[in-house]
Amino acid sequence: MAVIAHDPSRPTQTHGEVTRDVLKTITDAPTRGYYMLVGLMAFFTLILFATLTALLKEGLGLGGYAPPIMWSVYITTFVFWVGIGHAGTLISAILFLFRSPWRTAVYRATEAMTVFAVMTAALFPIIHIGRQWIFYWLLPYPNQRFLWPNFKSPLMWDVFAISTYLTVSSTFLMVGLIPDIAAVRDHVSGWKKKLYGWLSLGWTGADSQWRHYSRAYLYLAALATPLVLSVHSVVSWDFAVSIVPGWHGTIFAPYFVAGAIYSGIGMVFTLMIPLRKVLKLEHMITDYHFDNLSKLTLFTGSILFYAYGMEYFVAWYSGNVFEQTTFWRRAFGPNWWAGWTMIICNAFVSQLLWFRKIRVNVIALFVISIFINLGMWFERYVIVVGSLANDYLPYAWGQLNPTWADWMILLGSFGWFGLWFSLFYKNFPIVAIQEIKEMIPMPRRTSSGGAH
Amino acid sequence: MAHNVPGVLGQFVHVDGACEAIRDLRKQGHRDLTVYTAAANHEIEEALGDPISPVRLWTLIGGLTGCTAGFAMAIWMSRDWPLLVGGKPIAAIPPYVVIGFELTILFGSLATVAGIIVLSMMKSLRGRPYHPTFSDDRIGVFVPCGYDHAPEVERLLQEHGSVEVSRDA
Repeated sequence: MAVIAHDPSRPTQTHGEVTRDVLKTITDAPTRGYYMLVGLMAFFTLILFATLTALLKEGLGLGGYAPPIMWSVYITTFVFWVGIGHAGTLISAILFLFRSPWRTAVYRATEAMTVFAVMTAALFPIIHIGRQWIFYWLLPYPNQRFLWPNFKSPLMWDVFAISTYLTVSSTFLMVGLIPDIAAVRDHVSGWKKKLYGWLSLGWTGADSQWRHYSRAYLYLAALATPLVLSVHSVVSWDFAVSIVPGWHGTIFAPYFVAGAIYSGIGMVFTLMIPLRKVLKLEHMITDYHFDNLSKLTLFTGSILFYAYGMEYFVAWYSGNVFEQTTFWRRAFGPNWWAGWTMIICNAFVSQLLWFRKIRVNVIALFVISIFINLGMWFERYVIVVGSLANDYLPYAWGQLNPTWADWMILLGSFGWFGLWFSLFYKNFPIVAIQEIKEMIPMPRRTSSGGAH
Repeated sequence: MAHNVPGVLGQFVHVDGACEAIRDLRKQGHRDLTVYTAAANHEIEEALGDPISPVRLWTLIGGLTGCTAGFAMAIWMSRDWPLLVGGKPIAAIPPYVVIGFELTILFGSLATVAGIIVLSMMKSLRGRPYHPTFSDDRIGVFVPCGYDHAPEVERLLQEHGSVEVSRDA
């Protein structure tokens, strides 16, 4: 007898069960563990803002800024969080255009992660500029000094890229949420019904709404796709357009984009593995999804492997003594430990994902994801701090001495991100109800035809 | 929601039954139907026979406006406060491609969202009945009609498998 394999991309539930299971994550009373998580994240956020207040009062010296390293932990952390923000839109927009069926169950969580990661990243350029209260000088607005920003500067490109990315990814998330918020509205009562009713913008799922919505969602995905690729390219040009050894490379844009997606998926694993357990969504987010996410991690990790090797090759082949010295010192200089952490965690650990047993083992994936997060932070540390510490003139070389303010702001950024994410997943559908339903064939009176 | 549009509301469990009902209702001249579903469904779209949404025009116009605005802003501001940087022209096009590109995406996206809101509001759903099961697992077909035609519409909906038919006056 022939065995018909179950198509793992197709959910086995009915429409009603999908609504019930996802809404349960919102309507069930929060546990003590949830309150403890929110409390911990709020505490870290408090640390962030307390340190920021001290930084405002004392200035950037409190943060260990000293020549020649005038971009340090804050810029490292900025690039880290922008990178995290890339996996979400890749999964929600690019894989939507490719019609990848496995994206549906995980894209909402990754999209929310994107928005909160970019919100976190956006804090750092403002922290970094020193006189934070005049950050609005970055924007082009008519002023009494008759000045305009210099649009030839990559830093201005960054302002436009990050603010556009934050706006568009938030818009994409909110548009996707509207039909699901309407489903929540229809299943709650009292003030919650009023609140979700207001947030659903009068959505009823009428044909006249779906007609415009479905098309618009496609165009939003089409617009978000080049944006994902452009944002981290622009971030990479902050470095590549300068002439600092180790930064001035043409491979920076694709290298940064691959790294961003790699780090973003690392964070997806870190968040989704415990989350699906806590929210009892194991039947919706399955091994199939983790297997596919792992393949994407392996692909981008392998691009990074190639890029790391190519950087060293180009430094050697160029014959440029400054480039060669920079890369020699990355591997054997005072910061060798950071350089090797980056190579081991990103290039080598990702290669474990060639094995299917590891790709579907959630404990192994969770451990790997921690290595990815660590490795990608250190990648940015090596690039930002390593190159500035070893510029052209050996007498001006220096070492970074991070202070408590640097570490508290880094820790606080995880609290700020975690607070938003934990509030989101308990108050909004973390799995896209309407898109899952789109994948489930509706019941038919007759067995023939109609499948699409 | 006030039910002030007179008509008949049928609830369906089966998508093929709902589609057949929609086609037959349209053949009988009922064009102003409202069909509720929990997710977009191509079969229902085909049965309704509506043309492709014009929201793409909003995206196109928004994108073109953003692109023009991005380049125009960067060029005009550079000329208004000329600053020679690295021997490049005062208004240098290659670096301004980034600004033009970002504003293309930004304006295109915001115009698309505005398009959904405006176009969805063009057909008022005020006074049309709605049931919470439509965001769950049922398909709703509302047929605006007068008191005289209601029994005939009710019969048609039931023949095609409607599990619940109600009349709103």
